[in-house]
Amino acid sequence: MDYILEMNNIHKHYGESAVLRDVTLKVRPGEIHALLGENGAGKSTLMNILFGMPVIHATGGFKGEIRVAGQPVEIHSPQEAMKQGIGMVHQEFMLIPGFSITENIKLNREISHPNLVSRVLGHELESLDHTAMAKDARLSLDSVGVSIAEGTRVGGLPVGYMQFVEIAREIDKRGVRLLVFDEPTAVLTESEAEQLLKVMKSIADSGIAIIFITHRLNEVMAAADTVTVLRDGGLVGSRAIRETSLTEMAGMMIGRGDEGLNRVAQRQQPLSGKIALKVRDLVVDMPGESVRGLDLDVMEGEILGIGGLAGQGKVGLPNGVMGLYPARGSVTLFDEDLPLNAPRQALEAGLSMVSEDRRGVGLLLDESIEDNISFNAMQIKGSFFTGVGPLKIRSARQVREHAKKMIRDLDIRCTSPAQASGTLSGGNQQKVCIARALTMDPRFLFVSEPTRGIDIGAKALVLETLVKLNREYGLTIVMVSSELMELRSICDRIVIVAEGRVAGILQPDSPDTDFGLAMSGISTQEEQQR
Amino acid sequence: MAELQTKRPDAMKAIKANLQEYIVTYVFLALSVLFVIYSGRPLNDIFSQIMGRLSRNLFIVLALIIPIIAGMGINFAITIGAMAAQVGLMLAINFELRGMTGLLAAAGITLPLAAFFGFLIGSLLNKMKGQETIGSLILGYFANGAYQLLFLFIFGKIIPLSDKVTIIGATGVANTLNLMGEPDMYMVLDRVWSVPFTTALYGVSILLVLGSIALYLLKKMSLKKAVALSALAVITSLCVMLIPSVAQIVKGTRVPMATFVLVGLLCVFNVVIMRTRLGQKFRAVGQSRSVANASGINVNRTRLIAIMISTVLAGWGQIIFIQNLGTLQTYSAHEMVGLYAGAAILVGGASLNRATNTQAVVGCLLFHILFTVSQDAGKNLFGNANIGEFFRVFIAYGVIAVALVMHTWRSNQASKKSALQT
Repeated sequence: MDYILEMNNIHKHYGESAVLRDVTLKVRPGEIHALLGENGAGKSTLMNILFGMPVIHATGGFKGEIRVAGQPVEIHSPQEAMKQGIGMVHQEFMLIPGFSITENIKLNREISHPNLVSRVLGHELESLDHTAMAKDARLSLDSVGVSIAEGTRVGGLPVGYMQFVEIAREIDKRGVRLLVFDEPTAVLTESEAEQLLKVMKSIADSGIAIIFITHRLNEVMAAADTVTVLRDGGLVGSRAIRETSLTEMAGMMIGRGDEGLNRVAQRQQPLSGKIALKVRDLVVDMPGESVRGLDLDVMEGEILGIGGLAGQGKVGLPNGVMGLYPARGSVTLFDEDLPLNAPRQALEAGLSMVSEDRRGVGLLLDESIEDNISFNAMQIKGSFFTGVGPLKIRSARQVREHAKKMIRDLDIRCTSPAQASGTLSGGNQQKVCIARALTMDPRFLFVSEPTRGIDIGAKALVLETLVKLNREYGLTIVMVSSELMELRSICDRIVIVAEGRVAGILQPDSPDTDFGLAMSGISTQEEQQR
Repeated sequence: MAELQTKRPDAMKAIKANLQEYIVTYVFLALSVLFVIYSGRPLNDIFSQIMGRLSRNLFIVLALIIPIIAGMGINFAITIGAMAAQVGLMLAINFELRGMTGLLAAAGITLPLAAFFGFLIGSLLNKMKGQETIGSLILGYFANGAYQLLFLFIFGKIIPLSDKVTIIGATGVANTLNLMGEPDMYMVLDRVWSVPFTTALYGVSILLVLGSIALYLLKKMSLKKAVALSALAVITSLCVMLIPSVAQIVKGTRVPMATFVLVGLLCVFNVVIMRTRLGQKFRAVGQSRSVANASGINVNRTRLIAIMISTVLAGWGQIIFIQNLGTLQTYSAHEMVGLYAGAAILVGGASLNRATNTQAVVGCLLFHILFTVSQDAGKNLFGNANIGEFFRVFIAYGVIAVALVMHTWRSNQASKKSALQT
């Protein structure tokens, strides 16, 4: 038996699109195997297949073969995966705060003994054996090196300890041969992360194999024995850690080079060099996308790209500055202080935003295109009103004319300005959002994930529109996108955000490795010092 | 790895937290004392009434605990359990089953009926997670309509009934059913074993003292707790024995021991079930459905069981209630059951996701003290008995509204706090 787990030639389609193409993953007993890749590279799909998650079978299953300890297996549910000795340490803690550590470790696997009632009414009513449960919990806690008492309530524990309780629970399940750690260090402090890596190593030494999903290249170098890199659903390669380097891994992760890059023409006039937006020490409390002390200068007239992996805070920046999520720090727009947590003031100051949440925050889906376009401007700037005596009423004619102009300028495909915006295609909805932002006559535009969920042709049109607005009207644009290629095709500079801070400011033609390193939180300067 | 530092909480902070936690209970305590004083009624009279009210209401209030722990809020749909019990009682009278036989027959009929209704309620509540409290309240009102139809039309017209429960020449079941008669079903449970209050008190005190000593020797109870319990029992007994004015209060009050034994058994049941596999599931589901689900617990099934148990218990509670009253108001006896029981447990300091036996008992006590004296207090304070009556309804709805608001407010606070930590 060479490998504890072999996933051979895995293919998976969701509808038309292939999310995994011929991926092979082989894990040896007792090794730490890092699985590396950007968002959407296929890591989670691969793990979903391994755990037999319902989502896989509901979408037509997969092609390929899974072997555990050399034997071909079919895994149809997480319970079956558990029976094969495959366990998962979740990224979000699956712990009950009001329970003690013991109770959490033994949740739904309680040790119990029969009593009078349970003999009649079944084993559901067996009494719990707290002493035996505590003993088991102690053993597993000791094996992860946690000295804390097993009777402590989980609720008050520091985040780092919770992670260890999760691990202890997986170890407590008998016959565990393979543990999957899904971004385990994402929520830990530096010293906790170090401790975790140590624990992982000692678990691996006891013969249990570990699949370590992460985007932190440093930790891969520090802890893993082998690394497998995925990109766009395909296998890039597997390397022994001894034979690879940070730069090689970063290159493998991003690695598209200039292939398919469609860079727009250079700008004619150089930028004025004035600072349009100055952000200092910004903290934004946006769930899943929090920003933790970000500094940034945006030049007047440029298109600035903001990239980075999901959950690192790139989306939190525009939402925080616009006042949509609680934020603190200092923001200056064209040398004037901008109050935070005040969406109205932000709009009045000439900031405008096309939200990533098009259907939720962006559009009133049941309203017409023209109403959607004019709504903000009417509310904030009082446009489109005519005076009739002492009253101000909405001028339907002005609204209609403006909407028609926008529809023409942005090439929105619709039957009439009165069509409900919910019935438009994704790309056209996005253009309505842009039209609404433009109706505010903004001096500064945030565009967040403008091409998410729209087809390729529409993507190009949206990007063209942004470039046109920038070149013709001199509008300063900050574009947030998960698609690095998109940023590299239209932006003047690209800021990579990692862990809520700026990890690097790069040129569109910087090498892939620089982008890869920045995304995993290693700044380029740091790397050069090594 | 370093040991966690356990900090002894500041005494002042602990008191403040306790005040915040039980503010509703303290307000009701103060109001109760005030109203008892202003009602001008003899304490002896109030005491015996409260004892009666506790004996007939406690069981239903205790039936609310399991769904609260299973995270389903206050199960106002216990009203439907009460309806099942009334069907059982009606049928028992119809078939001329009287006395204890009749009572047991009614309880027997209630069990499958209430369990089935509980299954339906639970299935519906599983489809509206997060809205259970309001859902069960409306469900109770809705079921009232079905109940009226059943008793007015289906019984009598489609299912023939004897003239014991119908009025000749009228449609449907009579609107008052009498439990008295030969042999009597009125207070049949209460009369099984009824003793003067003093006897009951001394008996319970002796049991408490012996029990805590035994538990301490078996190392199941701390010395502190054992001493405290014993001291409480002894001091209360001595007060009644030695102070004439206290003795005067309890004089003449009799305690229906059998009823209280059943209440006691339910309390024990509520504690013991939480120490089984099933109870662990209730608690896990109550605290986090997603975590419970991830560890392989069938969340919907667990919630279903919780509601079924609660509905059956509430049905039995309603039987205890009605045998104490002696007459069954066929079309209205169930109406306020859910509301009053819910209000009572909230007065005791329970919340929509946490409840204990003690909270149920304390809440029931305070709620019924206010209920008993509010009319007289209203008359004496405001010169109008109606104001007291108004106050009754006001507190019942008011305390529920406060609890709902507090719940939302607290969970908002909690999510804000956790957001700030990251």
